[in-house]
Amino acid sequence: MRIPILKLHNYLLISIQTELDDQTAIQFQEDLLDKIHKSGSSGVVIDLTSVEIIDSFIAKVLGDVVTMSDLMGAKVVLTGIQPAVAMTLIDLGIHLKNVPTALDLEQGLIKLYQELGE
Amino acid sequence: MKPQSCVNINKEWDIVGARQLGRDIAKKIGFGTVDQARIATAISELARNIYLYADHGQICFEIIDNMEHKGICMVAIDVGPGIEDIGQVMEDGYSTSGGLGAGLPGVKRLMDEFDLQSEVEKGTRVKAIKWVR
Repeated sequence: MRIPILKLHNYLLISIQTELDDQTAIQFQEDLLDKIHKSGSSGVVIDLTSVEIIDSFIAKVLGDVVTMSDLMGAKVVLTGIQPAVAMTLIDLGIHLKNVPTALDLEQGLIKLYQELGE
Repeated sequence: MKPQSCVNINKEWDIVGARQLGRDIAKKIGFGTVDQARIATAISELARNIYLYADHGQICFEIIDNMEHKGICMVAIDVGPGIEDIGQVMEDGYSTSGGLGAGLPGVKRLMDEFDLQSEVEKGTRVKAIKWVR
């Protein structure tokens, strides 16, 4: 299972619509970094509106991909985290403190636009 | 008590299978969306522990429905290496696998009742219950 990564001008857009198993999550991490490298994108929005569960492993993969992209020079915003997912993450003790987030895809793009321009 | 259903954990995809089954059961019993997510996440953590540390194991679900209580009970069993220091694995941030170390203490917070028994070289048994409020 591969998660599609769409290019829109200087940004990359991802909407995760499948149940995330570990392998898919790791593959996505690689695919995204590769796509950032090849496209020279400066901003990325990962929309999680359809994701019903984020456990500690998926949280680690998402947190890591934000840091890795940052190292490469691309800013990632996570959007659309569901209320139930936010509550569960805090119960798990996962705060994703240094991860930029926004309410939805639109707000995420606005956030990128404000910080990166273009 | 109703008959229990079990999922074998042998491969990575079984983690997803286990949490989907658990979520379906939780939904049927009448848990709300947030508790469904809590239960499914707890199952995911337990199933991953089995997969990571013991290779094989089983998670069984049981519906508890009596005069006072309604809820879901899950038991995760493996015959893996066991846990040497239970106090340590229940500390937030402790991990031997490069994870976040949120697993077991996280499961305890996600569920209402939590019991961990483990014997080195013999295996681990985690029992957790969530009640419908």
